[in-house]
Amino acid sequence: MNANLQRTPLYDRHVALGAKMVEFAGWSMPVQYDGLIAEHRRVRSAVGLFDVSHMGEIYFEGAGALATLDNLATNDVAGLQNGQVLYTALCNPQGGVRDDALVYRMSGERFVLVVNASNCAKIVDWAGENLGPATRMLDVSAQTALIAVQGPRSRELLQSCSTIGPLAQQLGALPYYWFVQGEVNGKPMVVSRTGYTGEVGYEVFVPNECAAGLWDELMERGRVFDCGPAGLGARDTLRFEVCFCLYGHELLEDVSPLEAGIAWTVKLKKPGFIGKEALVRQKQAGIPRQLVGFEIEAGARAIARQGYEVHAAGRRVGQVTSGTWSPTLERSLGLALVETAAAAGPLQVVVRGREVPLRTVPIPFHKPVSRA
Amino acid sequence: MAKIPKDLLYTEEHEWVHFSDDRTEATVGITDFAQKELGDIVYVELPQEGDALQHMESFGTIEAVKTVAELYAPLTGEVLETNHQLQDEPTLVNGSPYEDGWIIRMRVTNPDEAKALLSPEDYKARVAEGA
Repeated sequence: MNANLQRTPLYDRHVALGAKMVEFAGWSMPVQYDGLIAEHRRVRSAVGLFDVSHMGEIYFEGAGALATLDNLATNDVAGLQNGQVLYTALCNPQGGVRDDALVYRMSGERFVLVVNASNCAKIVDWAGENLGPATRMLDVSAQTALIAVQGPRSRELLQSCSTIGPLAQQLGALPYYWFVQGEVNGKPMVVSRTGYTGEVGYEVFVPNECAAGLWDELMERGRVFDCGPAGLGARDTLRFEVCFCLYGHELLEDVSPLEAGIAWTVKLKKPGFIGKEALVRQKQAGIPRQLVGFEIEAGARAIARQGYEVHAAGRRVGQVTSGTWSPTLERSLGLALVETAAAAGPLQVVVRGREVPLRTVPIPFHKPVSRA
Repeated sequence: MAKIPKDLLYTEEHEWVHFSDDRTEATVGITDFAQKELGDIVYVELPQEGDALQHMESFGTIEAVKTVAELYAPLTGEVLETNHQLQDEPTLVNGSPYEDGWIIRMRVTNPDEAKALLSPEDYKARVAEGA
């Protein structure tokens, strides 16, 4: 089973730490180390390290690179400055989401698109089919490692690491969704103030051969900051609490960004982008479905999971996209995509054949104090 | 390595069975391997005392943070007692799957069904070949 899975440069580290390894998007990844709840709480209270080297990184270079990306993305790529990062949807012509991604602007003719591991091959093909003139594309995913350092003590930890070098001084002034570039052992390194947990945090891109050295130093220096590794299990509960979308759950090829709660990433005033006409029509006709947040009261002792049906007045009106027990809020919470007309409730979710009442709640469920 | 006590019998679904001396009763729980797979447990849905149990049919559920798993009756019989502590402390199943994390105690009505249970060696082989 494991023979054909890809391994990140940190695979041996995870195994040595006793991580439970699982298959994710064709990779062998750590789902947990000492326990999901412990790792989750460590990120919220101190700092955690995530190996997300499985994600994809694609360079777009040339005079036409900006236009190519602005055509693929719903958000305003042209408005970026050097050193800035943009979160965007990439849509199909019907306005459904092909992936959500980050665009890093190195210069007016050099960008990096960071995509989900599960969609890397798909987006490389898609971008290749939609490459504008004067644009070169280079997929560097296989050579690039990515370590996310997330939590209230993340900056202190990074600033104590010699591997980060002179970039450490720039971290204090680095705003959310900006990045700095440097070198590690003569190779390029990027540190961005981005992340998937809602806490203040950073993501460090290094060539594969530098990953283990960086991880080891972060783990060593991290001792005094109560740092520890965090797996994909905690990554999911952390993003869920702050209602960040997960591709394959809230975002799908047949779900539009307007329905999935990320309408703010869609700039319909842009002259044109793939899916724009469909999204304009959808907005004019009325957005048919919307994402709602809900809670299942404690007495029901039930957790809603992806795919569970949502009912209103005995009729199916949608399904759960993500659901879990929240380690921070200690409640059973969920997100569901439901018919807009039914979204005000009352709603029920079907859990093992039984209709359980839902209480709709505002999202995001949690707003971290440390402020991303 | 998951712990597999030698004085218990096991099922394909990762439950353990501890028989009373006369084999008329049994205590049931899930194995160390199972609790590791599930991760942090949040709710345990228990049957009622007196409920009938049918071999291989679901008698309850374990909700972990990231996944849910059914509990399957290893034998036919009747629920004598359930572990009420799991209501407030579901993580007993994680921390002590073979002792404090026991789930039900049952009357065994068909002791012949025990022949279908796995020995510790057979269960160890089952775990090794993949869940």
